[in-house]
Amino acid sequence: MGSLLILIGFPFMVFSQNVNLRFQNKVGDLPLIIDSVNYKNELNQDFTISKFKFYISNVSFKNTNGTTTVPSTSFLIDQEDSLSLSTNSISIPSGIYSSIEFILGVDSLHNVSGAQPGALDVVNAMFWTWNSGYIFMKLEGNSSFSNSPGHFFEYHIGGFKEPYNAIRKIKLTFDQPVEISKHKLTDILINVNVLEILQHPNSIDFSKNSSIVEPFQSNIVSDNYEDIFSIINIK
Amino acid sequence: MNKRILIVFLIITSSLGMLSLDQFEDIFKITKKDVKLIYPTYFPKPSYSFSSNKLSPDKFVLGRKLFYDEILSKDNTVSCATCHERIAAFAHIDHKLSHGIYAKIGTRNVPPIQNLIWRTSFMWDGGVNHIEIQPLSPIENPIEMDEKMSNVLLKLKNDPIYVSLFKKAYKDSEITSERVFKSLTQFMGLMISSNSRYDKFIQQKDTLSKMEMNGLTLYRAKCASCHTEPLFTNNGFANNGLKVDPSLNDEGRYNITKNEKDKYAFTIPSLRNIEMTYPYMHDGRFKKIMDVLNFYSEGQNHNATVDQRVTSIGKLSVQEKKELNTFLLTLTDKTFLYDRRFIDPDYVFSR
Ligand code: HEC
Ligand code: HEC
Repeated sequence: MGSLLILIGFPFMVFSQNVNLRFQNKVGDLPLIIDSVNYKNELNQDFTISKFKFYISNVSFKNTNGTTTVPSTSFLIDQEDSLSLSTNSISIPSGIYSSIEFILGVDSLHNVSGAQPGALDVVNAMFWTWNSGYIFMKLEGNSSFSNSPGHFFEYHIGGFKEPYNAIRKIKLTFDQPVEISKHKLTDILINVNVLEILQHPNSIDFSKNSSIVEPFQSNIVSDNYEDIFSIINIK
Repeated sequence: MNKRILIVFLIITSSLGMLSLDQFEDIFKITKKDVKLIYPTYFPKPSYSFSSNKLSPDKFVLGRKLFYDEILSKDNTVSCATCHERIAAFAHIDHKLSHGIYAKIGTRNVPPIQNLIWRTSFMWDGGVNHIEIQPLSPIENPIEMDEKMSNVLLKLKNDPIYVSLFKKAYKDSEITSERVFKSLTQFMGLMISSNSRYDKFIQQKDTLSKMEMNGLTLYRAKCASCHTEPLFTNNGFANNGLKVDPSLNDEGRYNITKNEKDKYAFTIPSLRNIEMTYPYMHDGRFKKIMDVLNFYSEGQNHNATVDQRVTSIGKLSVQEKKELNTFLLTLTDKTFLYDRRFIDPDYVFSR
């Protein structure tokens, strides 16, 4: 009976959540695989990746009439949690859209709002306990060039107060305007290139910078990570 | 009857079998009235209003249990109250630097917990920006409680008493960090000190002696620009001229802002209940209030960032020090120190 109703209802069904952002993390052209593949940075230094997670927040969509902002939410994208690579739960009105915007990080208001649920729950280990604020991105791994114990490197990037503001606005313009409908789930596949975190404009040298873990150290990396995103396709 | 005397009386009578356990339990009962936010009209509006954390007796009781429970630490030996003792306005009596898990010694003196909802930042360097996430810091600090928040939640979920307390407080038994923090915040946020002799004087319910009045006048001239009435702090930071202890070399606020002018600046502490919260300063270097006054009068160290409001205090005469000392003692608030709402009933019953 229930399935019958769904069958009949299907053509008229309104998706309450009609957009899904799907993140595909890569290192250059290679897929990101935790603790296994050997990658090279632009200085030709080898490295592996043991952790990669980051926040995106304040997602909005632009159409010809203006901007639709998704009610303030943050998503934690974690390479080690495959479910987290899809945001789901985004709902926007039907329309013809030309671009998507979001911030990499967590906006300043949510950095000063106390205990929060969901993606911003501190159990996600993305919060500095002694200098309140969210860690926007964690990238950890090993490189034979690193001088830290175990040749470890760790980049915990964040900070929302000038002059150490690591929040970056990202705008991805669609190749051509896309119709997004309430009656269909639109899937936007986004490429995340980890290599771009380590280069352009600042070339990260594992032998010099194996540990960047405080807001005041973050700029060297946050100035790089603005251009890690690109749209692969929209279906 | 003074509340402390009342409790001692109750303990004696109950141990003699004159009072049933039920009646005894009653004095720790938290009612709706007990969780009303009440403060004097001359206090400013609090910066934390409980608007997204509605006060309720059940949440307060849950917060109280968490505050007194060693379950929050990795080896279940350290509770918040290990360092924050009620009788010292929740500071640590007679400990210069904090003592945490595995008998590890910290780098800073334990501050009192009082009037937190008027604060805009926490810790000696102001590094914590919100009362609700303050407890995360000691829980995850390797030399304090050395636990992971995710593991705390696991332990709580496996404890039937907590499952039922969360259910009572939040209508379902889901145990989340947000709920842990918000309950602790209800307990700590209601720790309000506003009934010292100073307060009664302001409310014209009591008078101050000549000596205390002279002290107040001096205080207003020399100290109140930083330790501002009625909360006895302006919520700011300053380098008050302490000589830097090279063994700690604590740069204070600078650790948070990396701004040169914040080097050696620390949170301006409230002076309420100062009689009870010794030793003094971020590293607990002074034992007595008189030591502090001697320091301001003749022991200041003038490095680059010292605040001009302290350098201008000048030398205090013996008489002036006595007057200031006497005035500072009027900030002791027995109503707060002996408030039954903040007593741990489990501790009392286990004795
Ligand atoms: C090992 C001792 C210790 C334990 C355990 C401990 N604290 Fe503290 N607490 C401190 C010290 C030391 C500071 C000051 C730290 C600093 O400034 O760096 C502090 C600061 C605070 C403050 C800020 C006060 C202010 O004026 O800024 C609050 C609130 C607080 N603790 C609550 C708690 C709670 C809640 C718990 C239990 C979850 C707890 N503490 C456990 C030692 C401890
Ligand atoms: C420039 C601002 C400023 C002025 C003026 C000032 N203080 Fe302070 N006071 C501070 C700061 C900051 C601290 C904490 C310093 C630290 O621990 O490094 C402090 C600490 C104290 C303490 C120790 C409190 C505790 O809980 O450990 C006492 C007592 C005190 N001051 C009393 C006074 C008195 C009395 C005067 C006036 C004679 C005065 N202060 C003037 C900024 C000031």
